[in-house]
Amino acid sequence: MNFDKELDARGLNCPLPILRAKKALAEVASGQVLKILSTDPGSVKDFAAFAKQTGNELLSTAEAGGEFTFFMKKK
Amino acid sequence: MDTKKMAIIATKGTLDWAYPPFILASTAAALGYETQIFFTFYGLQLVRKDLSVLKVSPLGNPGMPMKMPFGPKWFKSINWNMPNAIQAIIPGYENVATALMKQTIANNGVATIPDLRELCQEAEVKFIACQMTVELFGFEHSDFIDGLEYGGAATFFEFAGETDICLFI
Repeated sequence: MNFDKELDARGLNCPLPILRAKKALAEVASGQVLKILSTDPGSVKDFAAFAKQTGNELLSTAEAGGEFTFFMKKK
Repeated sequence: MDTKKMAIIATKGTLDWAYPPFILASTAAALGYETQIFFTFYGLQLVRKDLSVLKVSPLGNPGMPMKMPFGPKWFKSINWNMPNAIQAIIPGYENVATALMKQTIANNGVATIPDLRELCQEAEVKFIACQMTVELFGFEHSDFIDGLEYGGAATFFEFAGETDICLFI
């Protein structure tokens, strides 16, 4: 998937992946896509909840070898 | 849609209990909440300039696992809980426990309290210190970080009365 910015939140634990994502989203324009990498298993539910509450669109969630990849489109 | 609001009363002054208010406040701010924390009684320790005052003690805290943050896996999984009476007589026990906890925090990619507090401030979480307890405990305003407001119960209610979430921690 194409993306405009990448955030490496691997090794970070709650609530840091969300806080870093919020910051990274502030640096892209509306409609642009942020790719997020995380190793925090809690971040799967957290990013879904974050998207629901902020109106940013979670395009996809994937897991491979304990690593999670999210694509989020800015509102 | 109106902006959602959250108010927290932070009353605990230990390293472990410093986490919930700052984690919830920073996350709420990231979700777009207007957020305020009212620091009172021991919670005032969380807005001191010097955060090294925050300690954690396993003494009298049966819920706290005492595990080593280093060594091989089998060693790390040992729980070193010992009787309160023994914990109480070991000099520096609390300092050692605090150092081990800080190492565990770092090992797990959990933010430090100074970092989380700064993230809250960057996100414009409003900090209010209880003026009555500042005086009660003999603190000076110079003991605390800049950007604090000082007020009392009425100040808290002015904001708390309009919140969607209000927590006592």
